[in-house]
Amino acid sequence: MLAIVDYGVGNLFSLRSSFAAIGSEAVATSDPEVIRRANGVILPGVGAFRDAAAKLRETGLWTVVRNEASAGKPLLGICLGMQMLFEKSYEYGEYEGLGLIPGAVRPIADVIPKDYKIPHIGWNALHLVKPSPIFSGIKEGDHVYFVHSYYAADCDEAVIATTDYGAPLTAAVRRDNVMGCQFHPEKSGNVGLSILRAFVNFAEGGAAI
Amino acid sequence: MITKRIIPCLDVRDGRVVKGVNFEGLRDVSSPVTLAEYYSRCGADELVFYDITASAEGRKLFTDILTETAKRVFIPLTVGGGINTLEDFDRVLKCGADKVSVNSGAIRNPDLVRAAAERYGNQCVVLSADVKRVDGVFRVFAKGGRENTGMEAIGWIRRCVEAGAGEIVVNSIDTDGVKGGFDLEMLDAVCRAVDVPVIASGGAGRIEDFITLFKTLPRVDAGLAASIFHFGTVKIDDLKTQMKAAGIPARI
Repeated sequence: MLAIVDYGVGNLFSLRSSFAAIGSEAVATSDPEVIRRANGVILPGVGAFRDAAAKLRETGLWTVVRNEASAGKPLLGICLGMQMLFEKSYEYGEYEGLGLIPGAVRPIADVIPKDYKIPHIGWNALHLVKPSPIFSGIKEGDHVYFVHSYYAADCDEAVIATTDYGAPLTAAVRRDNVMGCQFHPEKSGNVGLSILRAFVNFAEGGAAI
Repeated sequence: MITKRIIPCLDVRDGRVVKGVNFEGLRDVSSPVTLAEYYSRCGADELVFYDITASAEGRKLFTDILTETAKRVFIPLTVGGGINTLEDFDRVLKCGADKVSVNSGAIRNPDLVRAAAERYGNQCVVLSADVKRVDGVFRVFAKGGRENTGMEAIGWIRRCVEAGAGEIVVNSIDTDGVKGGFDLEMLDAVCRAVDVPVIASGGAGRIEDFITLFKTLPRVDAGLAASIFHFGTVKIDDLKTQMKAAGIPARI
């Protein structure tokens, strides 16, 4: 069983439906016990970093997620949930993240050409930089759906996929059992479902890290 | 490279797709769920569900359909029609919509865009504008294109983007239904005025119209159409193959 961390940020409908579609049991929960019992944890998130981080702390799930991940449990952060895996974010200020992966979240405006639109929204191709368990069902150049204005920087070692938006942007990251996608696998058609299925296999198969 | 999006629009009344549709191999073509799955398989990048129901019963049927679709189709879903309040946003987002499109609701209550963007984020709020030339000036029309609001369209769109609209659907009443191609002049004027994604609507009759659109106006992000997809005049997989052959980035 997987636990989707429900801390009052964003809509979990599509995520829950995606796991149902691939025949996996995934429970949206704010119960620390359920998260501790789960084989793997999904950390979703939309909106502003500051608000989401504050809510994750208020619910007490910040520590739960961090402890579980530190103890080796497979964790997949999605979109803002991925950004929260890093040490800090510079979205409208400077805010502390979970610190599970070294790096910082910065505006894409810092690196993309001036005439590119912000947010980066739509389907873009994945460039797979390193092999990873969550990529077992997809291939170089597959398209996934992005919606974001910030990206994970200073994290070269953890980058497993990038996407080209006038500059290479971090699309997916991994540090041991902790993984993240900047894009929305639950909105990325069959490619997205393959990534979720691969994460489930990784989490439930107890595959060697 | 980010791809140009192709978006079929489904008008839904009382839980069924309006406009006769005719597809080989599909048994129930008036089921929005069946049609949405079909389009998703053919390579649609996103779907728009437009609720043209007036009754409360129809509304309920619409949200049931939306829920059922969102359980089975894993591409972005935009919902429009009858969105007048934050409660309306809430109602459709809870059923699996990713974005909500406002039109007359924003004209009646100009603060709706700002309030919705603050609560759900700019990426969630799509402004749909029905625009028509009147004495050489682009004007915003309300009530499904029947009523001239008198507002100048480019200024209106710019104000909505400043208030937080994250995407703009530009529906040209002048070219809508004519099938002679998109309204390039109008779209160019909007693209010059705003820096959020612009979705072209109204006028597509054949594959070449999409090629011309994206070649002439590289700043247009997506093309939206309804009947040409429903009638099979343009097949989405063929369209995408030809876009790619013409050097336009497309997801295949």
